Amino acid sequence: MTRAETRGETPRAPRATSAPVPGAPLVAAQDRLAGSEPVAPPVVRGTVAGGTVVRARRSAGRHRARALLARWVPPLLLLAASIGAWELWVIVRRPPAYVLPSPGRIAAAAVDAAPGLPAHTATTLVEAVVGTAAGALAGVAVAVLIASVPLARRTVEPLLVASQTVPMIVLAPLLVLWFGLGLTPKIVVVALIGFFPVAVSTAGGLAGADPDLVDLVRSMGARPGQVLRVVRLPAAIPAFFAGLKIATAYAVAGAVVGEYVAGDRGLGIFITRSSNSFRVDRVFVAVIVIAALSALLYGLVGVAARRATPWLPPTTKERSR
Amino acid sequence: MRPGRAADPPPQARRPPAVAPVAPESAAPDAPDAPESAAPDAPVTAPVAAPVAADVDVRGLHHTFRPHGSREPVIALDGVDLHVPAGGFVSVVGPSGCGKSTLLRVLAGLLVPTGGTATVGGEDVRGRPGHVAYLPQRDLLLPWRRALANAVLGAELAGVPREEAQRRARPLFERFGLAGFERAWPWELSGGMRQRLALLRTFLLGAPVLVLDEPFAALDAITRRAMYAWLGEVWMDDRRTVLFVTHDVDEALTLADRVVVLSGRPGRVVTEVDVPMPRPRPATVVTEADVVERKRTLLEALGG
Repeated sequence: MTRAETRGETPRAPRATSAPVPGAPLVAAQDRLAGSEPVAPPVVRGTVAGGTVVRARRSAGRHRARALLARWVPPLLLLAASIGAWELWVIVRRPPAYVLPSPGRIAAAAVDAAPGLPAHTATTLVEAVVGTAAGALAGVAVAVLIASVPLARRTVEPLLVASQTVPMIVLAPLLVLWFGLGLTPKIVVVALIGFFPVAVSTAGGLAGADPDLVDLVRSMGARPGQVLRVVRLPAAIPAFFAGLKIATAYAVAGAVVGEYVAGDRGLGIFITRSSNSFRVDRVFVAVIVIAALSALLYGLVGVAARRATPWLPPTTKERSR
Repeated sequence: MRPGRAADPPPQARRPPAVAPVAPESAAPDAPDAPESAAPDAPVTAPVAAPVAADVDVRGLHHTFRPHGSREPVIALDGVDLHVPAGGFVSVVGPSGCGKSTLLRVLAGLLVPTGGTATVGGEDVRGRPGHVAYLPQRDLLLPWRRALANAVLGAELAGVPREEAQRRARPLFERFGLAGFERAWPWELSGGMRQRLALLRTFLLGAPVLVLDEPFAALDAITRRAMYAWLGEVWMDDRRTVLFVTHDVDEALTLADRVVVLSGRPGRVVTEVDVPMPRPRPATVVTEADVVERKRTLLEALGG
């Protein structure tokens, strides 16, 4: 009987791997999806009979809808009010359209520019994505080097931290000089912007791995490479994504500034041309597209981060979101 | 599926307990100054297969270190002698800072002591990890691995193919009271389950010696007593050599054949007490007159 007793204690949240109750995992998944609302839906996990589960699921759905409304309605209302005030201001004060176009005029310009915009957007997007990927790869490589070679830590790390103070964007003219007018200089700008946050953050994550875990796998006879693979790299994944989020937030802006200097396609080119011909309404259209692109990439990195860390308990995830 | 131990006479399939005098290695004439003969490139972690019992022998162990930001060196261990016979269960008790963790880190090969010798089955283990299965104070599960993947960590590091390692690990989930939780993440397990999983991982290392550093310190009293009964059973099943460090005199008396008391810093062996009570031992063993007598001796040695 002693054995049964030792087993008697209940785990915190069984995954129901061996005996799944129909619907129960789904409910659990839903209430995790329900977002940052701290109030859990009134669900009794796992042990309930069919009818209760269905009711619980329906109420979880309602709860989720309410949570979404509560989250999105206030900021959307504020946005709508701001646009309304802007429109009103333009109607009342009649500023010249090349200084401040009305929202309506910007919308019209967006429709007008719609055929040409996708090509420009695609170019900028490619620069931002390729540049960020290259910068992140290099950042991880340098971080691993710093974590593995003590000499590299002492020589490279201080420089790495210090060089973060250089605003990479101001290097754009120089890079155009070196790499020509094509995509390369823009990609290099974006890569430089993304490299530092990823390198610094990942190096911190690698170094910050629990020393007891490191000792444990060493006591099992692990070689340094195995310690890196089994403990340090997984431990650094959240830090890596934190760095990547920063990199992504600046990636599109970096590409656009690179295009300001020289080039023949891209949202930066579109802005330069529009501005030169006093089409401020078109400039605003490009600004909105840039903001949307940044938000999209940022969101994708967030999704990737959650996919890459399935082991984090939901509460931790909510906090790191 | 396994019935309770009491109703389970040892079948042939199970390895006979490695009775110390029969174990060939420990019975071999000890050669304290021939540790270098061990091939340095021998595989550090034996695969999960049945270990051959080995003894632990520590002679005149001395360790001094200088803490960060301090000029004065600290003597953690000052000439500790300790012997755990092959297949024996020895418990070490002592106040905080008596160098217990230093002792275990030396045995785990993580720390080279400033003096003295430490051998496992006659082999020098100073600075050579992999000779003992070491369970640190915390359960130290890798949070990014599911339970089964955590369990096979040692085998994986030793190069055992994953399929093979998992095939060997699965039956142990039943024995360790974790059946059905193979795919759980560590945070989904209760404290007792996490600790059992850490122990399972330690057992799977296949090392002949288990070195356990206060494995139950973080558990509540009730769970802990259940764990004593369970660890006693598991140990009687395969009789590996166990060195068990604890703060708790009752815990030591319930589990061990012999209890060694270390003094506060610098750590020295103050006294040793044999505990020849029959097994399996109920939790009430600590209330038996003979054991209470020993408890008094231990507490006095601890300066209580």
